[in-house]
Amino acid sequence: MKFIISRYNPETDQEPFDQTFELDDALLSADSMLLDALHLLREQDPSIAYRSSCQEGVCGSDGMNVNGKNRLSCVTSLSELGQTITLRPLPGLPIIKDLIIDMTLFYKQYKAVKPYLETIPFNIEHEHLQSPEERAKLDGSYECIMCGCCSTSCPSFWWNPDQFAGPAALLAAKRFVVDSRDIKHIDRLKELDSPTQTFRCRHIQNCTEACPKGLIPSRAIQELKSIMVKSL
Amino acid sequence: MTFTNSFPIETFDALVIGAGGAGMRSALQLTEHGHKIAMISKVFPTRSHTVAAQGGVNAALGNVTPDKWEWHMYDTIKGSDFLGDQDAIEFMCREASEIVRELEHFGVPFSRLDNGKIYQRAFGGQSQNYGEEQAHRTCAAADRTGHAILHSLYQQNLRLGTTFYDEFYAVDLLKNQDGEINGVLVMNIHDGEYKILQSPHILLATGGAGQVFRNNTNASINTGDGLGMVLRAGYPLQDMEFWQFHPTGVAGKGMLISEAVRGEGGKLRNALGEAFMEKYAPRVKDLASRDVVARAIAIEVNEGRGCGPGKDYVQLDISHIPNDIITERLPGIREISQTFLGIDPVKDPIHVYPTCHYMMGGIPTNIAGQVVSPDKDGKQQPVKGLYAIGECACVSVHGANRLGGNSLLDIVVFGRKTALTIDEALKKTPAQHNQTLNLTPVVNRLNRWLTKAEDSSNDTVLQIKKDLQLVMEKGCGVFRDQPTMQKALKELNAIQARLETVCISDFSNVFNLERLSAYELENLVTIGYATVVSALARTESRGAHSRVDYTERNDDEWLKHTLYFQDNHTLTFKPVNLSPKHHAMVKPKPRVY
Repeated sequence: MKFIISRYNPETDQEPFDQTFELDDALLSADSMLLDALHLLREQDPSIAYRSSCQEGVCGSDGMNVNGKNRLSCVTSLSELGQTITLRPLPGLPIIKDLIIDMTLFYKQYKAVKPYLETIPFNIEHEHLQSPEERAKLDGSYECIMCGCCSTSCPSFWWNPDQFAGPAALLAAKRFVVDSRDIKHIDRLKELDSPTQTFRCRHIQNCTEACPKGLIPSRAIQELKSIMVKSL
Repeated sequence: MTFTNSFPIETFDALVIGAGGAGMRSALQLTEHGHKIAMISKVFPTRSHTVAAQGGVNAALGNVTPDKWEWHMYDTIKGSDFLGDQDAIEFMCREASEIVRELEHFGVPFSRLDNGKIYQRAFGGQSQNYGEEQAHRTCAAADRTGHAILHSLYQQNLRLGTTFYDEFYAVDLLKNQDGEINGVLVMNIHDGEYKILQSPHILLATGGAGQVFRNNTNASINTGDGLGMVLRAGYPLQDMEFWQFHPTGVAGKGMLISEAVRGEGGKLRNALGEAFMEKYAPRVKDLASRDVVARAIAIEVNEGRGCGPGKDYVQLDISHIPNDIITERLPGIREISQTFLGIDPVKDPIHVYPTCHYMMGGIPTNIAGQVVSPDKDGKQQPVKGLYAIGECACVSVHGANRLGGNSLLDIVVFGRKTALTIDEALKKTPAQHNQTLNLTPVVNRLNRWLTKAEDSSNDTVLQIKKDLQLVMEKGCGVFRDQPTMQKALKELNAIQARLETVCISDFSNVFNLERLSAYELENLVTIGYATVVSALARTESRGAHSRVDYTERNDDEWLKHTLYFQDNHTLTFKPVNLSPKHHAMVKPKPRVY
């Protein structure tokens, strides 16, 4: 199996270049994941840099561009990828080394939407009550693992990663807007009602195509728009 | 180039090393109290391994079945095979309800009951009224409870403005002229630069070390970095012979299949289709304690009743559970089965086998979270300036076997408690930073990894790690005996010798993951030793430590904790605490489920 990996070491390289690696098929099995192959390639060349941690698709470390699509290497089966696999860092953010990008702007946009519950003072005696129906409204957004696959596939985010919240941050924003326990949802909506926030989304839907967890950020953003129309 | 004793210094009131649930809960408390702290993490905080916890967090809320903290305490002590310290277990169980409500207040999206309260599911080893009916004590956010808790705690830390040092690796603890812990040397993984973070209060929350075994449920970052630092600083590790093998890891791969699957009604079956847990735990069956279920699966496979062409796994069957329950409560498990086994558990059983999951042992602490170590007279004394919480610590609330749902509880209870301990100390004595730190040991260590290989050598850090994992799996797995462990110890000596001579090949500075693996490997090897040496000494079977050559628990000789020191692999022992404050002692008795 052939791997074309984008390499870049800022200490020695002017710009990224492609390096080709071969991996003996005998080392792989029918159910090997892309991350398994990367670990084997690292045995050939210990300097190959990529992030990974949980290896089961919940920590969100190993987002990368695989044959043109943003994916998590640990939950991407090699059998879906063909005999030549091209790996590049997630697009649109600065490259630190090889497949590792600098996600500072991504995290900054996440933080900017105030992604934390604000609610009435803590009562030690009992929890907030929330009906199963109210709780169900959080499904599809709280599961986000912040891998960045969505935002780095979004052209609107590519143009203005310093200004546009991007799909991941807006998905987080929506999660708190619809949480029945939150008391700041009107303030949240006002802050999100801006040309650089919710309305920079052009509904291209790359985000939804890219999400390795099967979440639908584009729908969440549409819902935010609709809540704004009704509430503000 | 070589390193000299000169690094940039930054000073803090307190340092929290590790951004999992334990570190995050502490950091939140310390930041809220206005202290200048830094949270150091080798990965971005939400990548920490708490994120992978599935089933839930225990608290006697009594939302589904009647419950009391006293029953929770009893179950935990019994689950620990009576090795858990009863004062610490009592403290944890008494705090549980409040701390879970607090998590809910922080935004954790717990699943809900029709009356709006937090959903609680059945988990192994839980009972009402001291060993009677099954209790429903595990508060769950579907089967993603760890993710929900970790993200909510991170979000609350963002709200308060906690200072994070993301992708910084803590290399070693630093001592001052009086031999007291007063700082830590860290490496910025982004550029390979080192600096000293100086503080009179250093809290280790570095998590587990499951990477010491080949098949494990753990993230690749779980390399026991805090444990290695503590051993090198001359302090002990406690109860390192006790490793939990989770009964239901994905066979041959290791990903966790939550106990929640059995809590929601899942059944284990062997190749004959028998629901075999009825034989091993007639009363509670599939919801026996994890050590009991893991042994039962291993016995079924050893006796030839395993499934598949290699007869090397058993099946976890949930096909009788209604689809909507699976979708609502076990969506993550369904996803893992589809991704890694290519099966949909709604129709086909999941292939499972025990896999290393959790380290019951760790850095010994008291209830206040202070690291303790014996003085010259063998009396346990707090180590000034050093604290440990969560999986890296051994307080000990899990004893010889942890109950499912108690680790998420452990991290938040002792995370908060230890932050309060540090807060009190800072109120009494504000942080001062005029001390000289001894850098010689750590500088020697850094310089050792600058050596370039001679042409003849082709050993690698990655190869040694793989070999170590295999040695541990064969020598110290679910079942153990003297000859296999003795062999493992011999093999560890060979691995140690290779570790001392191996060189890395990449000397770059930006995201040099080979160098990082080398530092991690030093920690893993020393943890391998701690495990095998402690396990060889303990000539009894207790909880997760099952010896074929000593099959019974022996309270007369072994109702005590093991303390392992790195120097000459020395062991000492300390008594189990049997004196809870608000409840009568739970007397050790035979453990039957």
